[in-house]
Amino acid sequence: MRFFEYEAREIVKRAGIPVTDYGFTTNPAQAREIAQRIGGPTVIKSQVLSGGRMKAGGVKFADDPQQAEAHAREILALEIGGQEPRGVLVDPRADVEQEYYAGVVWDGTRKQPVMIFSPVGGIDIEQVAEEQPEKVSRRHFSNILPFSDFQAKEAIAATGVSGSALTRLTPILTRLAKLFVENDMTLAEINPLGRLADGSFIALDAHMEIENEARGRHKRLLAELGVGEQETRQAREPTPFEIAGEQIDASDHRGVAGNVTEFDGNLGLVIGAGGGSLTLFDAVRAHGGRPANYCEIGGNPSVAKACGLAKLVLSKPGVERIAVMMSIVSNTRVDIVARGVIKACLELGHDPAEKIAIFRIPGAWEEEGFKILERYGVEYADRSVSLNKAARRAVEKIEGVAAR
Amino acid sequence: MSILIDADTTFIVQGITGREAVNLVRECLDYGAGAKIVGGVTPGRLGREVHGVPVFDTVAQAVEHHGGPIDGSVVTVPPAFTKDAVFEAIENQIKLIVVVTERIPRRDVAQMVDLAGMRRARIIGPNCLGIIVPDVVKMGGIGGPAKNASQAYTPGPIGVISRSGGMTTEMSSTLSAAGLGQSTAVSIGGDAIIGSTYAELMPLFEADQQTQGIVIYTEPGGRMEAELSQWVLANQSRLPVVAFMAGRFMDEMPGMSFGHAGTIVEGKEDTASEKIARLTSAGIAVAERIEEIPEMIRARIAERASSTSAGAGVR
Repeated sequence: MRFFEYEAREIVKRAGIPVTDYGFTTNPAQAREIAQRIGGPTVIKSQVLSGGRMKAGGVKFADDPQQAEAHAREILALEIGGQEPRGVLVDPRADVEQEYYAGVVWDGTRKQPVMIFSPVGGIDIEQVAEEQPEKVSRRHFSNILPFSDFQAKEAIAATGVSGSALTRLTPILTRLAKLFVENDMTLAEINPLGRLADGSFIALDAHMEIENEARGRHKRLLAELGVGEQETRQAREPTPFEIAGEQIDASDHRGVAGNVTEFDGNLGLVIGAGGGSLTLFDAVRAHGGRPANYCEIGGNPSVAKACGLAKLVLSKPGVERIAVMMSIVSNTRVDIVARGVIKACLELGHDPAEKIAIFRIPGAWEEEGFKILERYGVEYADRSVSLNKAARRAVEKIEGVAAR
Repeated sequence: MSILIDADTTFIVQGITGREAVNLVRECLDYGAGAKIVGGVTPGRLGREVHGVPVFDTVAQAVEHHGGPIDGSVVTVPPAFTKDAVFEAIENQIKLIVVVTERIPRRDVAQMVDLAGMRRARIIGPNCLGIIVPDVVKMGGIGGPAKNASQAYTPGPIGVISRSGGMTTEMSSTLSAAGLGQSTAVSIGGDAIIGSTYAELMPLFEADQQTQGIVIYTEPGGRMEAELSQWVLANQSRLPVVAFMAGRFMDEMPGMSFGHAGTIVEGKEDTASEKIARLTSAGIAVAERIEEIPEMIRARIAERASSTSAGAGVR
């Protein structure tokens, strides 16, 4: 989960890294007060999660409190990348001599965190790495031993930075590494990290992302930052259809019947499991099918849960038929899913034979499942029919023509 | 032969009294020659039995009861306790640890992997279904109950490595139906950081005489396929590799996770199209459909065999 800049800066501050005397607000009058307190030129920055704020007009410079208020009013009303700003950050305009970069991310191949440092900051680090590779250093560090100052020094020195800059940067990098580890971050970046005229360093902007799986052990931090427990901060906000899917999944702890993503097609999908869903969604599209949704079932959900998911998909406007398909199951029971989807059709007053374009779930309890499907005249397939062919059959039936 | 496990492999199950674990024990005992499950661990449950397997409070007790080193452990405890359980296994000299648990924070996984590296132990998973040597032994829930596993998996020359547990079975079943059995199939897990990647398992398959070709299942997210491509090129692998890439639609939906925790397009290198290009450039064939895989791998095995014998002829 990504943090807003004002939250990320607070995390940086708590880690003992110097930050500017910024203020966050959701109202223009308060922006003026903050600017007054700062007492000098300020920068007003939109608090949105999407990038490209500067280009979109979400960052403006103010010479006095009056102008700060006017800019704040404008920026608060400005949508960026489809997102309304959470508020604005009022930041003193620091007199920076040089901008640096410091960040920590995971390296999945090495399976360790990596500290990235550059004396060329303020721009995208990928770009610096491409254009001036000698100006970017990478230092992996152990997951078991604590991060130590010498590692920060090695990272800094590797870019040719020495003198007082090196000694002053060292504790900042060490604290950043600790912050990354202790808060279960997947990204902790200070960019730019500014060097002021007196030689001291200060964080001018920060990007932080915490791992979703670890949110449970940082409840206090999240509460103090005001992050709601339900806030997902996905690339896009969940739709009501997707939220309904989550509720079905949460209704019962057994198995999964959810992870719903909305699309705008006419073929409803009740599919699983993780890899099977990805494969099937691709296959439906490859045959020219138009999925109404993505979802995942697995881990042996109850009849009620399978039924709930099927009903949700069947009730979605524009859905003409559903395809019920999974890769071979060993844990989930075929008969339970069959019961669930048939029940969903009947309860909505549909003929299962008509509404279910194809049922392709081979595996545990398949004989029982196939018997039930036969009783209702539903077309089904066993493992001799591939995921791809099952998807093609579903598309053929819904498009009424031979699919590709 | 096989990789990682064989009929003689002894292992324990940590978290043995959980509902899923109880099923898993039954499945493993019933499959093939019957797994040598020498104990189980659930703190506070010393003295119980699960399908005849004795339960202990600690791994150390299980090792003592066994009277010698134990080869492996299947860890299926809640995410908050998994790191401790894996550390416990490693510190009791267990060398192969299959971590079934999902939703473990990355830092915990990385710590387990680092400790395993220091102690020369190997982790498979997390978020995986384990390892199966067809008709011989299985370690984990892979393939499900013995009856179902026997239906999908057959012995033969193909090594299977998959980021999806379910798709390990789907692909092996497709291979079996085409008369291509498997030497060993490994569900490596769907998380961003896992104990053993494709490239880390390749040397084992390379050294296994039974294995003649590799089939992998892969998804967007991570750099594991790039690592495999590099390995194949750098080591001039004798084994042809055929890959299946699912989740191609995700290229249009950056920042959204589908299927597994590690399956997300965050940068260009994470995309399906980029991965396909990388695999292809290393000579790895990428199948469009699963049903194409058997003929693709068969043809490539035959090609290697004829070029090797032709080479021998020249000499």
